[in-house]
Amino acid sequence: MNKTVNQKAWFFVAPVLILVAFNAIVPLMTVVNYSVQETFGDNVFFWAGLRWFEEILRSPRFHDALGRQLFFTGTILAIEIPLGVIIALAMPRKGPWVSVCLVLMAMPLLIPWNVVGAMWNIFGLPELGLLGKTLNMIGFDYNYTRQPGDAWFTLILMDVWHWTSLVVLLAYAGLVSIPDAYYQAARIDGASSWAIFRYIQLPKMKRVLTIAVLLRFMDSFNIYTEPSVLTGGGPGNSTTLLSLDLVKIALGQFDLGPAAAMSLIYFLVILLFSWIFYTVMTRGEEQ
Amino acid sequence: MALELKNVTKKVGADVHIHPTDLTFEPGSFNILLGTTLAGKTTLMQMMAGLEKPTSGEVWFDGHNVTGTAVQKRNVSMVYQQFINYPNMSVFDNIASPLRVARLPAAEIQARVGEMAELMRISAMLDRRPSELSGGQQQRTAMARALVKDSDLILLDEPLANLDFKLREEMRDELPRLFAERNCVVVYATTEPTEALLLGGQTAAMHEGRVVDLGPTAEIYRNPSGLESAKVFSEPPINLAKASVKSGWVLLDEGVSWKADKGLANGTYTIGIRPHHVSPVRQSSKSVVVEGKVKVAELTGSESIIHFHAHDHPWVSLSHGVHPFETGRFARFYADMSKCFYFDADGHLVDLAAAGKAA
Repeated sequence: MNKTVNQKAWFFVAPVLILVAFNAIVPLMTVVNYSVQETFGDNVFFWAGLRWFEEILRSPRFHDALGRQLFFTGTILAIEIPLGVIIALAMPRKGPWVSVCLVLMAMPLLIPWNVVGAMWNIFGLPELGLLGKTLNMIGFDYNYTRQPGDAWFTLILMDVWHWTSLVVLLAYAGLVSIPDAYYQAARIDGASSWAIFRYIQLPKMKRVLTIAVLLRFMDSFNIYTEPSVLTGGGPGNSTTLLSLDLVKIALGQFDLGPAAAMSLIYFLVILLFSWIFYTVMTRGEEQ
Repeated sequence: MALELKNVTKKVGADVHIHPTDLTFEPGSFNILLGTTLAGKTTLMQMMAGLEKPTSGEVWFDGHNVTGTAVQKRNVSMVYQQFINYPNMSVFDNIASPLRVARLPAAEIQARVGEMAELMRISAMLDRRPSELSGGQQQRTAMARALVKDSDLILLDEPLANLDFKLREEMRDELPRLFAERNCVVVYATTEPTEALLLGGQTAAMHEGRVVDLGPTAEIYRNPSGLESAKVFSEPPINLAKASVKSGWVLLDEGVSWKADKGLANGTYTIGIRPHHVSPVRQSSKSVVVEGKVKVAELTGSESIIHFHAHDHPWVSLSHGVHPFETGRFARFYADMSKCFYFDADGHLVDLAAAGKAA
């Protein structure tokens, strides 16, 4: 096959190249720039090589934040995915209640993230919040601003409240796309409802659930606004997730070099996990 | 083990899906439900299976009233238009699934699945997943699953509709063979008159939730009981025209006339003449000329289907061979009116032989 060379084609690709350059490549390269240099202000930079990367990778502070981050993401995935599927299965497929359910489910997704944080912050206050006060009244010693366990409990509850709906909506979309004939065929076979779930609904939901896990993984790994408003990383450092720690280093201590190195490591970790998960889930499916 | 529908109806809200219907299907019989989409074929089948409960009336099987019996207790199988298989099970497991639910010993399952796969010619694909098969193989798997258990009632709801032309022809040839040795009731729904004729058996022609004709398939084709039955059982659609009979002559609005058969009483009728009796070449001396403006000419190679308008009434001609026509031109067609049906004002077929004798 002969390919004709057409220099004019560049003209058509140029807008998207410029756009990508400005919103992705330039900012990313700036970070790469900072991550290999040292500065003492006045826009004077010295070459630092891979020193910041070594420092971050060896620092216990980074290990702790990464550990907390993995714990947070693992926990919310383990709760939100099964819970989302259960709620989707319980939702009606036909009739007037469908739209009511869908609107109710979409509600938490419509609330701005910092408002979610502020809501739960007040909701959990032991003296005047509905949740905090109620828990204390029925005998629990609950105070998320003082006890790390309570802070984690509130943080995870907030995320489950905020994001399970997304999983519900995706799983529901997968469920309603299953033709009625599948259910009829299963009834004729005399299949139990567990068998219907295991052999029809779950396989048919596999694709949307893969997307759901990916989205929830990436979003929860990047989470910043809500915990920052709710606990600010405290008490102490107990709920300081990766993004919170990063902001402390970059803007609190103004250590631009280590912060840039940490951003890149952070980014590669997310990329790596997402890639592994996606490869495993879509293995054996040729298109 | 006959299946009987006794005065069965189905209403959903204010919509009547099935008007009161009585049907009896004998064991070992091959029964066709023929009708356009929304004629009620699927609804009727679902009530036979027990997937839907009739609004009124009863379903009897083998002398027992099974109206309220759940589908899994009725020993039925069903094949759908879509290829319904368990997506993450192998072909073997798919075919074996009804036998596993019935808790048969593993050796017997192995033997019966093997035998059924052999019959369906999918033995080589037993380890694959349905998504790795062609449409025809997927539908064979679904059929194997339906046939592997000894059902008393096998329902096939347009099973060939989603297959390509060649596969459809192959499967049509195979189907009667698959059911030949079984002593069960087979019900087969289709929208295609040609398919019904090829499969034979007995046909119930359906129109808007009613069974409008019932009998051996070829018989219904030759002698439809009425207008609706003739319309359902014709592809391309049957030509219909308003006719008046006066003093021994039949006159159409199209300006065509011919000598009326003996015994045809004076009055107005609807005549029906099948497209293959309207030809661009003169076939019989009794043919009358219908002139019209050609609208569409479909040449399939072995057949020509010409749509034309005679006095603004649509007509269709179906003839063998290639007969090219220019659209928009006037052309002459020869209608063999000795083959036409006369329907009275109520849409019933006028029995000319009986009428001739009476006169």
